[in-house]
Amino acid sequence: MQVVKELEYPFDSANILKKKKSIRRQLLEDGTTRIRKNIAILGGSTTANVAQVLDLFLLQYGIEASFYESEYNKYYEDALFGNPDFDAFDADVIYIHTGIHNVITFPKMQDDRETIDAKLNAEFERFRAVWEKCFEKKGCTIIQNNFEYPSWRLLGNKDVSDIHGRVRFIARLNQMFADYAAETENFYIHDVNYLSARCGIDTWCDPFYWNMYKYCPAVPLIPELCFSVANIIKSVYGKNKKALVLDLDNTLWGGIVGDDGPENLAIGQESGQGETYYEFQEYLKAQKDLGILLNIDSKNEYENAIAGLNAKGSALSPEDFILIKANWDPKDRNLLEIAKELNLGEDSLVFVDDNPAERMIVSEQVPGVAVPEMGTPETYIQTLDHSGFFEVTSFSADDLSRNDMYKANIQREQMQSAFADYEDYLKNLEMTAEILPFSKEVIPRISQLTNKSNQFNLTTLRCSVADIEEMAEDENWITLYGKLVDKFGDNGVVSVLAAEIRPDHAYSLGKEAHIRLNLMSCRVLKRDMEFAMLDELVRKAKEKEVTTLVGHYLPTKKNGMVAELYTDLGFQKENDVWILDVASYQDQCKVIKIN
Amino acid sequence: MMEEKIYETLNEIFRDVFDDDEIVVDAKTNSDTIEDWDSLEHINLVVAIEKAFGLKFSMDEVTGMKDVGEMVEIIKARGTKLED
Repeated sequence: MQVVKELEYPFDSANILKKKKSIRRQLLEDGTTRIRKNIAILGGSTTANVAQVLDLFLLQYGIEASFYESEYNKYYEDALFGNPDFDAFDADVIYIHTGIHNVITFPKMQDDRETIDAKLNAEFERFRAVWEKCFEKKGCTIIQNNFEYPSWRLLGNKDVSDIHGRVRFIARLNQMFADYAAETENFYIHDVNYLSARCGIDTWCDPFYWNMYKYCPAVPLIPELCFSVANIIKSVYGKNKKALVLDLDNTLWGGIVGDDGPENLAIGQESGQGETYYEFQEYLKAQKDLGILLNIDSKNEYENAIAGLNAKGSALSPEDFILIKANWDPKDRNLLEIAKELNLGEDSLVFVDDNPAERMIVSEQVPGVAVPEMGTPETYIQTLDHSGFFEVTSFSADDLSRNDMYKANIQREQMQSAFADYEDYLKNLEMTAEILPFSKEVIPRISQLTNKSNQFNLTTLRCSVADIEEMAEDENWITLYGKLVDKFGDNGVVSVLAAEIRPDHAYSLGKEAHIRLNLMSCRVLKRDMEFAMLDELVRKAKEKEVTTLVGHYLPTKKNGMVAELYTDLGFQKENDVWILDVASYQDQCKVIKIN
Repeated sequence: MMEEKIYETLNEIFRDVFDDDEIVVDAKTNSDTIEDWDSLEHINLVVAIEKAFGLKFSMDEVTGMKDVGEMVEIIKARGTKLED
């Protein structure tokens, strides 16, 4: 997929607004296959430009959206009472674009504490009714703006502390929204309060656009709003970036390690420059805890690169990286190797380099890779952070340990080359698996896997947390997740199976279970985990008196590797499905200990 | 600033906003001659023109301008800073 530069942070908002029609054409011309999603915008203000610009950022992220827009300020009526168009719209995402103008009653100076609390609750309950009705009717993802602060303060600075202050009232309401989001799956706050502060509240709330056209934020800031909402949506659909590929000299430290020597680099607390690079290193190290994979792509002697990373005053150390490519090869070649060795698409990588020439070569040679324009060192964090590459919408224990898992993978590969016989290698990994029905703590990860896995995925059925919860509770579903541990580490939840028991005897005389979900994370391919999963599925099927398993394969551009999976697992092909007789099945996995 | 230069800039803006390279604006161009020119596109034009000429229209001006000729008069009267 070609990246449209006009839409990359930091973008020129005026240019996007003016050229949005030709930018849209350009995006659609590249012939990329995109996932399709239905997005309803329920607005408390005018939404025309919001839908048009959001459309662009989503196309850039590989999402082709169809939009429903409520009439001006009909967000409440649409949600609560519906209307034929909205009722017929099969929404995947509902974005509730409201703001401070949609607060109906603010405190008055003569109000007592109880009155103000009642007003606050009334505001919150009105919104909660909207959300719960949307969940009930559409069962989809909801994104809700919180509120910008008011652009004027009757009480001046006391507005934040006095119970009558609007600033305080908004802060309390935002806290209630945030608390609701913290305990509600599929519900995300779009943090307008933060974004408006970053853009400037006076510009955001410019009364010209509100009074003339009922636009809030001001029209020139709509691209900022849309970019930020698009980041949530692409994250929900598994389109975040996954790894950073970093240059060293003048990117992670000031100076050239090969020329200056590691002891003379600007890194640490001794100078302003040193502190700047130190803070950037700290920021990257924190990214690691989110599961972002750190890698090096640098023109350097390997020994010098390591010496630089070990320099006194560094926040990072060589152990923080999965792959370190320090050599004199072209950077685009190193980057492609990194993608291959990590088993990631190039479009999952972010290339960070202070040198514009290197950036240009990489973005020209490797379409799809993100190459942010890095300015001066003190703006590095801002540039990466505001680009929203790694927007977090769900966070699992797996994310926390992802770097360790990938590192263990590299070690496994080294071990594999030492074994002549593949089965010996697998036995030597000392694998144990936990294969159990879906349970609460793993449901977010299961949903994440259904949205992320493309290659080993028989049906490419994307499931929200709510969908997975439904399967887990339904008697007519057999659900299994598989967690795999070996001597190099815990791979976490890597496989998902779900089969629906149906009474219709479509393929046999007995009781049939159709396998609707069968997928595996790429990090554990060729480990015989698919056999272990099937062994357990058959056991569960027997418990439920299922006699026949029915396997389905829905081909996509990316899942060719599993076209013959069911045949390899011992199923018999019958027209367009695969059949397995449960009674005569014998366990097949010999290299993994179960539970 | 030369009137010609203003028209040239406006023409480019109109072509971008309406995504139509055939558009040639003159003093009489108005929302009847350009089919897609509704109130929602009007605000987009206003924002693009303000940016290009480095000026802010007043509310009266935004609601008052009936055709491109009136836009040009306002821009000229402001003596804006469009570089040539």
